[in-house]
Amino acid sequence: MSTKVYIPCDTGALAAGADAVARAVADLVTAHRLDVSVVRNGSRGMFWLEPLVEVETPRGRIAYGPVTANAVASLFDAGFLDGKPHSRCLGPTEDIPYLKRQERLTFARCGIVDPLSLSDYMSHGGYRGLDRALSLKPEAIVEEVANSGLRGRGGAGFPTGIKWRTVLNAAADQKYIVCNADEGDSGTYADRMIMEGDPFVLIEGMTIAGIAVGATSGYIYVRSEYPHAFGTLQRAISIAQESGYLGPNVADSGRSFHLDVRLGAGAYICGEETALLESLEGKRGQIRFKPPLPAIQGLFGKPTVVNNVISLATVPIILDAGAEYYRKFGMGRSRGTLTIQLSGNIKHGGLVEKAFGLTLREAIYDFGGGTASGRPFRAVQVGGPLGAYFPDSLLDTPLDYEIFAAKKGLLGHGGIVVFDDTVDLAKQARFAMEFCAHESCGKCTPCRIGSTRGVEVLDRIIANQDRAKNLALLDDLCELLLDGSLCGLGGLTPLPVLSALRHFPEDFSKLAPPQPARTPLPPEATETQPWR
Amino acid sequence: MPQKGSTWNADRAILRIRELEHLPGALLPILHALQEEFGYIDKAAIPLIADALNISHAEVHGVISFYRDFRDTPSGRHVLKMCRAESCQSMGCDATIQHVEGRLGVKLGETTADASFTVEAVYCLGLCALSPAVMLDGKPYGRVSSEIADFLIDGMQRQK
Repeated sequence: MSTKVYIPCDTGALAAGADAVARAVADLVTAHRLDVSVVRNGSRGMFWLEPLVEVETPRGRIAYGPVTANAVASLFDAGFLDGKPHSRCLGPTEDIPYLKRQERLTFARCGIVDPLSLSDYMSHGGYRGLDRALSLKPEAIVEEVANSGLRGRGGAGFPTGIKWRTVLNAAADQKYIVCNADEGDSGTYADRMIMEGDPFVLIEGMTIAGIAVGATSGYIYVRSEYPHAFGTLQRAISIAQESGYLGPNVADSGRSFHLDVRLGAGAYICGEETALLESLEGKRGQIRFKPPLPAIQGLFGKPTVVNNVISLATVPIILDAGAEYYRKFGMGRSRGTLTIQLSGNIKHGGLVEKAFGLTLREAIYDFGGGTASGRPFRAVQVGGPLGAYFPDSLLDTPLDYEIFAAKKGLLGHGGIVVFDDTVDLAKQARFAMEFCAHESCGKCTPCRIGSTRGVEVLDRIIANQDRAKNLALLDDLCELLLDGSLCGLGGLTPLPVLSALRHFPEDFSKLAPPQPARTPLPPEATETQPWR
Repeated sequence: MPQKGSTWNADRAILRIRELEHLPGALLPILHALQEEFGYIDKAAIPLIADALNISHAEVHGVISFYRDFRDTPSGRHVLKMCRAESCQSMGCDATIQHVEGRLGVKLGETTADASFTVEAVYCLGLCALSPAVMLDGKPYGRVSSEIADFLIDGMQRQK
């Protein structure tokens, strides 16, 4: 029997040199006429170990990593095909503590199966969720999702079941399922990993959604920065079509569901659901006024479920194992698991799927191993470019939607970007405004103009120009952005800006020591400045 | 692999438009197809697309100019996309970007005088556990220090 060797084709693994490793392995296999078959799997999500090569042995899969192309010959010499020791050997993959301590529900198959093998998918529990869904009434499927406590994993945390119920109850000749795969937040890559490593789970989740709400057509909107995910999805969709899991008669149920994947074009704002719908319709990605909600008038004016990749990819396990099983994980109103992505200046960056409730400190130190540079930790930004910067004193905050909001933070899509003590938080605050100006769709004035004014005001604060006046102006501007913006881009940009000021005020007065304001502010005005 | 692209040809453009015009919301797929074919979207394509989709020239122009991906002039032979989002900032992308700008004599968003390189800023490539990240002609690279950026550019310059 041929020996199976796994070399990931995840973009992260490719960025670490996995293709060169695969070529080196193939060359040696050919040269020595070995009976080896290479599977290009997804990533296990331990990126400091990529390229992570695994070999199937009677003892289970044995991992080696990080493997460079130059080291491949020595692996063969050491007998890695039999799982023998080597300086890069990590032992059985499943025993690596980073993986062992996780609770992988959504990512149960990622990195294990061949992403484009439907039989692999089925033999690892695939399509059991759809089977069960097909035996249920639409209302019962929606109830199952609602009872699981699943909330939108894109960042907004809106209960998925409620969204589905609204679409189910909307009468229309056509409804749509739209998957938001415009994962633009810095520090996040869970969507990309699942699309590249287990695309069928997303396809199954969308099919279940279609059957639940009565939609026969779906679109996945993938950002153009993810060409590999786009290609994998295209191939997976055609495989599902050929096998009868998509098309006019899904799994012989008599129900139809068609799926298409579309490419974005480099606009961060298209991650906002109404801008995404505009873009899918072939227009500029500008925000729509709400109401009407997309669930009532969405794509092409029809009732539409718009869900994030991870939300939809979690639906199959909920249907398969049941709502009760899923909601056992988590804390408070944050049920199930969060796909944490450890990013930036972190030693062990990667994907950690864990029940809600893990603290930031546990994520950054117990899993992440501290900073990559070895320098002291200084700040962490959670939730992407619109999330708050937290200092060490807030690291015991558990990952939970409500608790994060209470600390003026944002859990978002679960991205955690770590910074060491070389970070300049004034620069980061300025970047947040600059990013908002760069990505604003231009529809509402607070975001379009306010972001540019924000950059200017921050420049004056950093230069110590009329400091007190400009700080008051910034506070006022942030309040306007928060209250007056049409969507989260303008509405949340104050979060990173004000959190940087509140927690790291010393970075905003580097040029000169803070001077007493020429006209001292009345005490009540000082009260409203939360960073003081 | 250098960037694809060929000289503008209206007949080929019409063919690509015809293949896609039936799709719901066909404009973005058409623009992607034309850019893939020619490496940019020629102004002459605007009336062709507008006619096919029965929308105004202004609407087509508005969409092309809204999205960062669509170019109205050809790119250099190699396109280097450098991430400058927060995760890559935390690992020093600014220094790498500055180094590349200095070496190639361009700013982000510009093409070198000999048309060999276009250097662009991107905001996240989803490689945030391997920051700083870049994409060179569609291939991803992680932990790109100034030295590695030099190595990548050297490799491309040797190719020609």
